Amino acid sequence: MFDPVLLKNIDLPDSHLLSTYEAGGGYRALAKVLREHTPDEVIELVKQSNLRGRGGAGFPTGMKWSFVPKRADKEKYLCCNADEGEPGTFKDRIIMERDPHQLVEGLAVSGYAIGARTAYVYVRGEYVTAIRRLEQAIAEAHAKGYLGTGILGSDFDFTIHIHCGAGAYICGEETAMLESLEGKRAQPRLKPPFPAVAGLYASPTVINNVETLACVPHIVMRGSEWFRDIGPDKSPGPKLYCVSGQVRRPGLYELPMGIPLRELVEEHAGGALPGRRIKAVIPGGVSAPVIPASGLEVGMDFDSLAAAGSMLGSAGVVVIDDTTCMVKVATRIVEFFHHESCGKCTPCREGLNWAVKVMRRIEAGEGAPGDLEQLDMLCKGIFGNTFCALGDGAAMGLRAALKHFRDEFAAHVEERRCPFH
Amino acid sequence: MGMREQIETAAARYPDRRSAIMPALLIAQQAHGHLPGPVLEEVADILGVERIWVYELATFYTLFHTEPVGRFHLQLCDNLSCMLCGAERLLAHMETVLGIGKGETTADGLFTLSTVECLGACEMAPVMQVGDHYHGNLNIARVDELLDRLRASAPRVETIAPAAAPSPGE
Ligand SMILES: Cc1cc2nc3c(=O)[nH]c(=O)nc-3n(C[C@H](O)[C@H](O)[C@H](O)COP(=O)(O)O)c2cc1C
Ligand code: SF4
Ligand code: FES
Repeated sequence: MFDPVLLKNIDLPDSHLLSTYEAGGGYRALAKVLREHTPDEVIELVKQSNLRGRGGAGFPTGMKWSFVPKRADKEKYLCCNADEGEPGTFKDRIIMERDPHQLVEGLAVSGYAIGARTAYVYVRGEYVTAIRRLEQAIAEAHAKGYLGTGILGSDFDFTIHIHCGAGAYICGEETAMLESLEGKRAQPRLKPPFPAVAGLYASPTVINNVETLACVPHIVMRGSEWFRDIGPDKSPGPKLYCVSGQVRRPGLYELPMGIPLRELVEEHAGGALPGRRIKAVIPGGVSAPVIPASGLEVGMDFDSLAAAGSMLGSAGVVVIDDTTCMVKVATRIVEFFHHESCGKCTPCREGLNWAVKVMRRIEAGEGAPGDLEQLDMLCKGIFGNTFCALGDGAAMGLRAALKHFRDEFAAHVEERRCPFH
Repeated sequence: MGMREQIETAAARYPDRRSAIMPALLIAQQAHGHLPGPVLEEVADILGVERIWVYELATFYTLFHTEPVGRFHLQLCDNLSCMLCGAERLLAHMETVLGIGKGETTADGLFTLSTVECLGACEMAPVMQVGDHYHGNLNIARVDELLDRLRASAPRVETIAPAAAPSPGE
């Protein structure tokens, strides 16, 4: 049994309160860094741990922090990405609802490391309970001197503000989030400049996911070696896996990075529903290319999944069984991306619109010969040609569905109906 | 606290008042139910920002409603995990019992029915958000129960139209 780290508090009564968090050793990491470490030492510690971002891209966190210029004359910002819009993902919500102080402490330690005095947590507006719990946690932490000015007798000042999103998936893309925070329509920015150099209000800014920040206090308390020893060396740590879809025990599982997808789905989540077989699994939110049942031995970490042609993404694991039409699944996913396309660049805006039309007609049994090639061509035209990774994600997902389940697409066109109806 | 003070409190969190447009719109929507033109102009005036900036945001983000919505906004997730767990059946059922299609409001103004993208609660798929609350692990019986409970909780209005009457279809 793996001893939970990030989820160790969540089943305690009143797990969201400061008293519960403190009783489990909470805020000791903040006290420790303020007493014993310079900001650069904290960055070095996180670098040594090989912590990689849990928001989707897996970028090394310590390295990202080290890009922030050391000049003291410019305000620096820490932004927490709690937009959690990737379909299949619900881990950040559960952290914020059930253990919000873990995030507050993670923010304070990380803010100290990068020299920020202000943090904004960008939470999707639908997460009303999470927002209330986080507000309460911030207020409690202020009252106890873990936030505010001269924290715990040091000269570190730090404040956390919540910014509520308003229902746009693209706000999860970090530069679109910065636009949104500045009060603009959330359309991604051109990079460079990278946010670490010129981000929020053109100031140096670090953007990290909720789960990434929640790991930081544990690394401070237990050391970088402890963290690196969990799972693969290059992609280590405890990991939250969100399991949903056609599976016996959907839920949030904390297990080491790198565990086989099959073990997660079959053993921990109980496998397929009675009388059914697993046909495919999406391992990292709908942006991650689908893996057919034959590929479930893959390890759930950034590098293993990339090598298998998919990605860990947000670790939103969606299980699909043999009663489900893959054309329908793929159509729903492309519809989602089309709906959420911000419209800034043509390949994504127009390409996805076109793809949705073709896919809906195939699904309805009205596909024409050549439609599959048409979709191949659209994927090629979108992938690598878009302004941000939303378009790439949509194209990669569609390409994988066409590759692994081409016979299902072809059957729709040939039989002029959905074989699953 | 009045709307103006709430907006000023929000604005104090940012070095630039433009950043406060989103929080201000959420506050205004809470106060007015939706965001018609005059409300958008009031928000712009309180913050002292360009009106076009406010319009831009009110029309970009799906949680902002420039048109009125029913007293209970039924927001059923029909993204992948919820679809795999039967969201379509629930949608069809609600369309039948409410006598409206998605995007429509019942004639008594009680219910607006919408489908939304993933609510970030797929472990309890299929899920529907109504107001501040998530209702998960839904099936037809639980949806019926929920609709009854919501109807019973609404204050009675004398001019109420028959509950089953279909809306004229907006
Ligand atoms: C379209 C799109 C949506 C994204 N949505 C999220 C999200 O909801 N939450 C998140 O943490 N990262 C999201 N990301 C990734 C962020 O851009 C960014 O890489 C991440 O927040 C960085 O934090 P990390 O290094 O801690 O992972 C998204 C990226 C793209 C392209
Ligand atoms: S890829 Fe899509 S979401 Fe990203 S900038 Fe282009 S249009 Fe917007
Ligand atoms: S797909 Fe419905 S809540 Fe995620």
